[in-house]
Parts: sequence; C-alpha cells; structure tokens
Amino acid sequence: MSGQGQRLVVVPTVTMLGVVKARLIGATRGHALLKKKSDALTVQFRAILKKIVMTKESMGEVMRASSFALTEAKYAAGDNIRHVVLESVKTASVRVRSRQENIAGVKLPKFEHYTDSSAADSRADLTGLARGGQQVQACRGAYVKAIEVLVELASLQTSFLTLDEAIKTTNRRVNALENVVKPRLENTITYIKGELDELEREDFFRLKKIQGYKKREIERKELEARLAAEISSNRFAMPLGSAGRNILVAGGEKDEDVIF
Amino acid sequence: MANKPAIRTGNSELIALIADEDTVTGFLMAGVGNADLRRKTNYLIVDSKTSVKTIEETFKEFTSKEDVAIVLISQYVANMIRFYVDSYKKPIPAILEIPSKDHPYDPAQDSILSRVKGMFSSESVASGRH
Repeated sequence: MSGQGQRLVVVPTVTMLGVVKARLIGATRGHALLKKKSDALTVQFRAILKKIVMTKESMGEVMRASSFALTEAKYAAGDNIRHVVLESVKTASVRVRSRQENIAGVKLPKFEHYTDSSAADSRADLTGLARGGQQVQACRGAYVKAIEVLVELASLQTSFLTLDEAIKTTNRRVNALENVVKPRLENTITYIKGELDELEREDFFRLKKIQGYKKREIERKELEARLAAEISSNRFAMPLGSAGRNILVAGGEKDEDVIF
Repeated sequence: MANKPAIRTGNSELIALIADEDTVTGFLMAGVGNADLRRKTNYLIVDSKTSVKTIEETFKEFTSKEDVAIVLISQYVANMIRFYVDSYKKPIPAILEIPSKDHPYDPAQDSILSRVKGMFSSESVASGRH
C-alpha cells in the first residue's frame, strides 16, 4: 500500500474514521489560524525592521552630538571633571522599566526609561559648579537624549529578536501541520475508507456466495424430494404389481394347486 | 512556548555600560551609574591597559545579571570580544553597540544590524517572489 509510513496506525473502523476526520478538521483550522498569526507577526516584523534601521542611523548622530557636548564640557570645566563624575557614582537615577506588549499572542518586551528622582543626587547637579556648569548641564542633557534613543533602540532590538524567534516557531508549526500532520491524517482517512470498502465488498461477496449455496441447496433438496417422491410412488406401485403379476403368472403357468 | 524566558515587568532595571572613559563619563553624567554596597559598578572603563579577559568576564557578568535590562558596549570593544557578542542570543538584556568618539561607527560590524540588513534583502527578495 502506498504511503504506509505516512499514516497513523489505527483500526479501520467507522468510529475511527469519524475520529480521524474530526482531527483533520481541527488540523486544518489550526493551520489556518497559525498562518494568520504568522502573517500578522511578519507585518509587525517588517515594521520593526524599518524602525531599527532608521533608529540605528539616527543613533550615530545623537552619539556624535553628545560626544561633542562632552568635549565642550571638558574644555569648560577642566579635564578632571571625569574624576568628579566617576567618584560621585552612587545609585542610578536613570533607570529602565520594562513592560510587555502583546502582538498576536507573542509577548514583546518594551523598555522605557525614567528618572528616579529620589536617587538623583544633588551632587551631580553641583558638578562643575566652579566653572563650566552650563556646559556640563548641556552635556548631561545630550547624554540623556542619547539614552532615550538607545533605550528605544534596545526595545526595538529585543522585539526584533523575540519576533524572529516567534516567526520561526510559527512557521515551523505551519509547515509541520501542512506537510506532516495533514497528509498523514488524509492518508489515514483514505486507508480507512479503502479498508471499509474492501470489507463491504468482501461481505457482499460472501453474502452472494452464501445465497448461491443456499439456492443450490434448496434446489438440491427440491430435486431430492422430487426424486424421492417419484421413487416412493414407483416403489409402492411397482413391486406390488410385479410381484402379484409374477405370482399370478407363475401360478398360472406352473402350478394350479398353489393358492398363493 | 515554554522555553521562552519570562519577561520581567514593572521593576526598575539598570543600563550597564562597557566603553571607553569618555563615553562612560558622559553616560554617568546623565545618571546611569550605579554602585552597589560592595562598590561594584554597572560599568567598565576600557582603556589600553584593560585585558580582553576582563572585558569578556564583565560582559558575561552583565548579561547574566538579573537587574540589567540593556548592555551598552562600544563597538571597538565589542570587536575585541566579537565571538561572545555574536553568540549571545537572548532578548534580555539587550546588547547595543554604540559608537565611540575615537572609533567611527561601522554598521557592517554590528551583529544585529548585519542580521537586519541580511533579512531585509532576503525579505524583499521573498516578497518580490510572492
């Protein structure tokens, strides 16, 4: 039988046919749904791709601006400002909050930065108080802007990776349903149908054969009965007559004294 | 999708930083710097004396840390440990390669951007075929 390996091992019965048919319907519906999901994800994915490329390109400019601002600050406030900054590190005031976004059942992380005002130490505000304070503040502003862009880029990038993974899984599922599960179920259905047909034909044949046997049997019996009837009627008629005749003939011919 | 890492939500997370001194100074000025009780910082200043091993270890530490959401790494530093950056596949924390002052940004070397670009061309080819 063709496609022996490509079908489920089932007992070919009507019940099983119903079960497998139900499964095929389920698989078809699942396939359609997954395909839709994959399409939705791909649309989102392309949008993110475009955004990533755009943001990456804008990142270069923002970083250049912030580097320039830092140089200005260094020039205005003296080179030792970096030591002041490095020493005054305590707790981060700029932090990142992550939340989820749901796209077609895939949870995408989204980052957003926020300033923790409780942690924003006043010491940082005093950096460069002696000289170059304005440049230092401008530099801070430039770097905060850079962080904004970078955080956005980071969330785009994570979404990109997650979506990539999700699309791969979904496509794998779609293909598995389309190329493995559905053909197997279809093959099983054809197998069960073929087997049932075979059974039916066999049954039909057997019935016919039995009918034939019965017919012949009946005919034979009828014939026998007729024969028997004929024979018995002959027996009742013939032996009596002939014997009588014989006796009569014999008596008549040979011995007249014999009475019987 | 049981093998997906759970996405932490709501809590505040840090931005870690591996870069040269100027870049680190700038970002610290903006206020990303964090030092815990043992004075362990969430940034690494890379200069000519920093060994590749130190960078590697710091990179691994930052990417495995619970409270780090984004790791910013200068591109020339990333090039030193390119293998680790390329083999890093998790979505969180996100690795971002940033340009530094002395080293101009080259989009071709960025691990994510090269993937994006590759996908873009293949996607457009694929969409053209449809």
